Amino acid sequence: MMEVIEVKLVPIFILSRRFEVPEGSTIITAMEYAGFKLKKGVGCREGFCGACASLYRLEGEYKLHGGLGCQTVVQPNMQIVQIPYTPSPKAIYDLEKINVGEEIFIDFYPEIYRCLSCNTCTKICPQDIQVMDYVQAGIRGDLELMANTSFDCIMCGLCTARCPAEITQYNAALLARRLFGKYIQKKGKFLEDRFKQVMDGKFEEGYTELMSLSKEDLKKRYFDRELNFSIT
Amino acid sequence: MKRIPYYPGCSLKTKAKHFETSAIEVARALDVEMVELPRWNCCGAVHSLATDDLMHHVAPVTDLLRVQELKQSQKWDDARLVVLCSMCLNVLKRTNKRVKDVLEDRNKINDFMYLEETRYDGNVEVVHYLELLKEIGFDKIQEKVTKPLTGLKVSPYYGCLLLRPKDIGIDDPESPSIQEDLFKALGCTVINNPLKSRCCGSYHTLNDKALVAELAHDILTSAQKAGAEILTTSCPLCAYNLDQRQKEVLNKYPGFKPIPVVYFTELMILALGLDKNFAGLEKHYIDPRPLLNCKGENV
Repeated sequence: MMEVIEVKLVPIFILSRRFEVPEGSTIITAMEYAGFKLKKGVGCREGFCGACASLYRLEGEYKLHGGLGCQTVVQPNMQIVQIPYTPSPKAIYDLEKINVGEEIFIDFYPEIYRCLSCNTCTKICPQDIQVMDYVQAGIRGDLELMANTSFDCIMCGLCTARCPAEITQYNAALLARRLFGKYIQKKGKFLEDRFKQVMDGKFEEGYTELMSLSKEDLKKRYFDRELNFSIT
Repeated sequence: MKRIPYYPGCSLKTKAKHFETSAIEVARALDVEMVELPRWNCCGAVHSLATDDLMHHVAPVTDLLRVQELKQSQKWDDARLVVLCSMCLNVLKRTNKRVKDVLEDRNKINDFMYLEETRYDGNVEVVHYLELLKEIGFDKIQEKVTKPLTGLKVSPYYGCLLLRPKDIGIDDPESPSIQEDLFKALGCTVINNPLKSRCCGSYHTLNDKALVAELAHDILTSAQKAGAEILTTSCPLCAYNLDQRQKEVLNKYPGFKPIPVVYFTELMILALGLDKNFAGLEKHYIDPRPLLNCKGENV
């Protein structure tokens, strides 16, 4: 006999329309339960890809919250809309040819100098990044601070959607991380060495062996490997 | 060494780096360690005059709050905030005064800044680097002078933001003397320029170069008529307008003789005999080095 699980339903509002969805659902699963077919605005479902940016308000609150649809659990009478994409300028550049100076953003994202330091970006960021701080670091040419502060950015675009100065924070930060990685960050010799090993074919034999394994054997290898780690 | 919180501002990290490096090095020689705020943002650059526009005061209040946090988390010999750039000083001081005096505005801004752990109470004191030097004592500074700039005819330039409005300014708005006193201590011949507190044209430099060139021409030639060989400033924007715009001045007035414009701290580096690399004398449109070498320097 089929087991019946009783699930409590809670009311939510998606695009102002009322739906009852299972308690404890994320925004994404709640929307799918409600019948929405998500082609855009959903991705990894693990909180990493940034495709499911959502805005919501909670009952009785004036605050507008930003969150990832796959990570935010619905609450009764929550109002939800997805913002799967924010139209933004995207500079085209060749990293090899950029002359890194203190005023690098004048050439690529000059709008960052419009920042009023209002911190609206930081307030909406689902990753709890100090967005305004990194924009300010960019304005004064501190690429290291900008790269490190923006490191957890998943480029969901909510900062850009909310910014009163119409800045594309996340694209500017991406440029900062790229430049930091290429020109400023210390290079580890181990990476160079390992790259050489790969190119010299050191791991060809191992790869060939893995590719020849059956799914079952591969699974066994994988879990055995995990077990070799001591997790404390 | 006496530690004091220090706010650089964006220009001192970009176009006016040598103003920062020279000032920090001079302070060190005078036993003061300027400690850069670990977190700061643009001061807002232009003080908003509209009474109902509070949004533009959020930036300076955020910076002042960072100082308040530092005051609470660390021990300081001097817990005031020292600023070098005239414009940052002006914006920070004016906003500070407003939120200290007007509780309603302070509350509104603090409410807006709800992510912050503490609310700004209005009690940070902002001082200019020149005021700090005056407190140390120009006589004390004179004692530290190892290479007096004898015979160098210096005309201090103030512009607007160090002096106006009166309750914000660091000196007499009509007849300032703080730079004059400093340069006397350094052994210079101080030249009084009647236009030393005339506006340089400020941000008009972006869209009306001709206007700014005209103002620069008036200010510079007035100093030259009084006998000046070099001008000093504490404002990166004044420095830009008076130095870089000499290109446009020359185009319009072919008889104009270019004159170097430097930060006052650069001359202090030389007079105190500190490492001249901190002065950044090479970073000017009109190179001051030929003049300084004529005066017996080796830069």
